[in-house]
Amino acid sequence: MEKFIKLDGVVAPLDRANVDTDAIIPKQFLKSIKRSGFGPNAFDEWRYMDHGEPGQDCAKRMKNPNFVLNQERYQGASILLARSNFGCGSSREHAPWALHDFGFRAIVGESFADIFFNNCFKNGLLPIVLPKAEMDALFGLTEHTPGFRLSIDLPAQRVVRPDGHAIPFEVDAFRKECLINGWDDIGLTLRHADKIREFETRRRAEQPWLFA
Amino acid sequence: MSRTLYEKLWDSHVVHVEEDGTALLYIDRHLVHEVTSPQAFEGLKLANRKPWRVSSIVATADHNTPTSHWELGIVDPISRQQVETLDANIREVGALAYFPFKDKRQGIVHVVGPENGATLPGMTVVCGDSHTSTHGAFACLAHGIGTSEVEHVLATQCLLQKKSKTMLVRVEGKVGAGVTAKDIVLALIGRIGTAGGNGYAIEFGGSAIRALSMEGRMTVCNMAIEAGARVGFVAADETTIAYLKGRSFAPKGGDWDKAVAYWRTLVSDADAKFDKVIEMDARQIVPQVTWGTSPEMVTGIDGTVPAPEDFSDPVKSEGVARALQYMGLTPRMRIDQIPIDKVFIGSCTNSRIEDLRAAAVVAKGRRIAANVKLALVVPGSGLIKAQAESEGLDKIFIAAGFEWRQPGCSMCLAMNDDRLGPGERCASTSNRNFEGRQGAGGRTHLVSPAMAAAAAIAGRFADVRELL
Repeated sequence: MEKFIKLDGVVAPLDRANVDTDAIIPKQFLKSIKRSGFGPNAFDEWRYMDHGEPGQDCAKRMKNPNFVLNQERYQGASILLARSNFGCGSSREHAPWALHDFGFRAIVGESFADIFFNNCFKNGLLPIVLPKAEMDALFGLTEHTPGFRLSIDLPAQRVVRPDGHAIPFEVDAFRKECLINGWDDIGLTLRHADKIREFETRRRAEQPWLFA
Repeated sequence: MSRTLYEKLWDSHVVHVEEDGTALLYIDRHLVHEVTSPQAFEGLKLANRKPWRVSSIVATADHNTPTSHWELGIVDPISRQQVETLDANIREVGALAYFPFKDKRQGIVHVVGPENGATLPGMTVVCGDSHTSTHGAFACLAHGIGTSEVEHVLATQCLLQKKSKTMLVRVEGKVGAGVTAKDIVLALIGRIGTAGGNGYAIEFGGSAIRALSMEGRMTVCNMAIEAGARVGFVAADETTIAYLKGRSFAPKGGDWDKAVAYWRTLVSDADAKFDKVIEMDARQIVPQVTWGTSPEMVTGIDGTVPAPEDFSDPVKSEGVARALQYMGLTPRMRIDQIPIDKVFIGSCTNSRIEDLRAAAVVAKGRRIAANVKLALVVPGSGLIKAQAESEGLDKIFIAAGFEWRQPGCSMCLAMNDDRLGPGERCASTSNRNFEGRQGAGGRTHLVSPAMAAAAAIAGRFADVRELL
C-alpha cells in the first residue's frame, strides 16, 4: 500500500450531506475486474452531461459546468472537503479506488459511513473527521480563497490551515501505523498465523458443524 | 459480568488484540459474488498466497445475471466476463458450495446463504456487499466488507476490526394489518437518519421483532446499513431454530442438539448495558413510502412531501431541495397522489417467499393500472421461484399484468438490463433510493412488497390497508 505521512495540497469542496457510493462511482463501472482506471468515472453522473458507460474516452465527453469539481480552480486538488455521512451505501471499494485515481489522498469531513471509512485506509486514502464548526470554516475559506491549500500531518495528527490554525484529529493507532509505513494488512495478519490455527482447532472441536 | 449479544459474538471470535483495541476476528462464513471478488482473487494470486479455508466459502452470481431470456446467456460482454471470472476463480480455488448462473439454487447471495442453512447462529459472516447485515437475523455478527478485506479474509480467515458501540432498537407492540418488517425499518431510519447508526452495532428487539418471521427479521437487518450501522442482528429464539431445521448445511443428528443448546445462549443478558437505546411503538407505524434520494427521506402513506424550509439546518434544507428537484416532486404533495411508471418487487430486502405471498394477496384478482409500464416480480432465488410456482403465485402475478422473472439482484441496482429510464418513477421493494440507483435519472420510492403491489394496481401510491 502507498504510504501516507504528510500531505500539502489544493482543497476542493463537496458541500452536501450523504454523498453515497453510487454517486461516487455508478454501478455500470463496477463490472470491471480491475482495481485501477476508475478516476475518469468518479462522480460520473454529476460530472458529465451525458450518460457514462464503461469503455468511453472520457476526455471527449461534455463536462457539467455546474459540478463543483469541474471548476478550473479545483483542478489538481488532492484534499476533498465533505459533509456528514460521506460514502454511505454500498461496500464497493471501487469508491475509494475512484477517488484515489481521481487524485485525492485525503478526505476531510464531518462524518463518514463505516464501511467506506474502513475501505479508505486500505488504499492510502486518509479520511479525517473534524467538528462541524471547523468544517464550516474550511468550506468558507475554500470558497473565498482561490488556490486554498491545507497541510495534513498524520504523525502529528493535525490539519493546518495557511493562517497557521492547526486542527487536531483522531485516528486509530493501528491504522495510523499501517498508513505511515504503507504496510500490507495481510502480511501483518499472517504474522499471527499460529494463533489463527490454534483458534481454529479449538473452534472446530467445540462447534464441528461450522466446519462441515 | 452481563454482556450484550454483540459482545458475546465478538468475544467468541477474537484471535488477537492490538494495543489500541483493534482485534483480529475469526470469520466462519465467507459469501462471495462476482462484483467485489475478482480483484481479491487476483491479489491473492499475485502475492502467491493460498486461501486459508475454502470450506468457509459459499458463492453465487447475482448482481449481473439477467432475469429473462436465460437461453441467450449473459449478452453484455463485460457482465459475462465478470461472471465467468467468478466461475474460473471458484473452479480453481474451491468452495463449500457454488451456485452459478442458471443453477436451480442460484440467487441473491443474502437469500441463498440463509435458505441453504449456510448462515448459522453464532457465526461471523462476511461478504463484499453492504447488505451482509441481513444475516444478523440469525444472531450472527455479519459485516459488509470491501474488496481488500475480501482478499484479507481469503488469505487469513480473519478480519481486522474495531469494536462498535451497541444500540438496542426495541420495537414493542403489534403492528397493524398491512404493516410489515419493511415499514418498521423504514420508520426507524426516518427517525434516526441514515447516519444514526454510524459506529454502532444494532440489536433489534422487542415484541414486534420477536413476532417477525425469519424473512421479516432479514428485511429489518438488511436495512441496518441504511441506518448507518454495518451490523444489525436479532437474538436467536425458537423461530430461528425452527427455520434452520433440515436445511442443507444446517447441523444434523447429535450436532444439531449441541448446536441448538449453544444457539439458545445467543441473547443479550437481561441486565446488559447498551450505549444507546431507541424505543419504538409498533402500533404507531403506518405503511411507509420514501419521497427523496436517501432512505431517511420517508413518511407514511397518509403523509405529504415536505418543503425545504421545514428544515432549519441549511445543509439538510439544500439536500431536500435537491432531492425534490431530482424526484420531480413539489412540497405538500400528498404521497397517495404521486403516480408511478414502474414497479419492482425483489432484492435482498424483499424477495423471499413471504414477500411474494404478501404482494400476491394484493394482486390477486386485480389488474395493474394502465399507466404502469412495467411491473416486475423477481424472486430472490431459484428455490423461492420454485416454491412460489408450487403455490400458484406466478399465475396470480401474471394474470394481474406483472412479469414473472428469473432470480437475481435485478433492478435494485440495475447492473443488468432491468432498469429505469430517465425520469421514470418506481415503487420498489429494494433498499436504496439514491440518485440513479435503479438507472440514470430514475426515481425510486422504497416501499414494502404489499405497498408495491398496491401501487401497481392503483397506478399511484395507495394505502394497502384499504385493499386487504
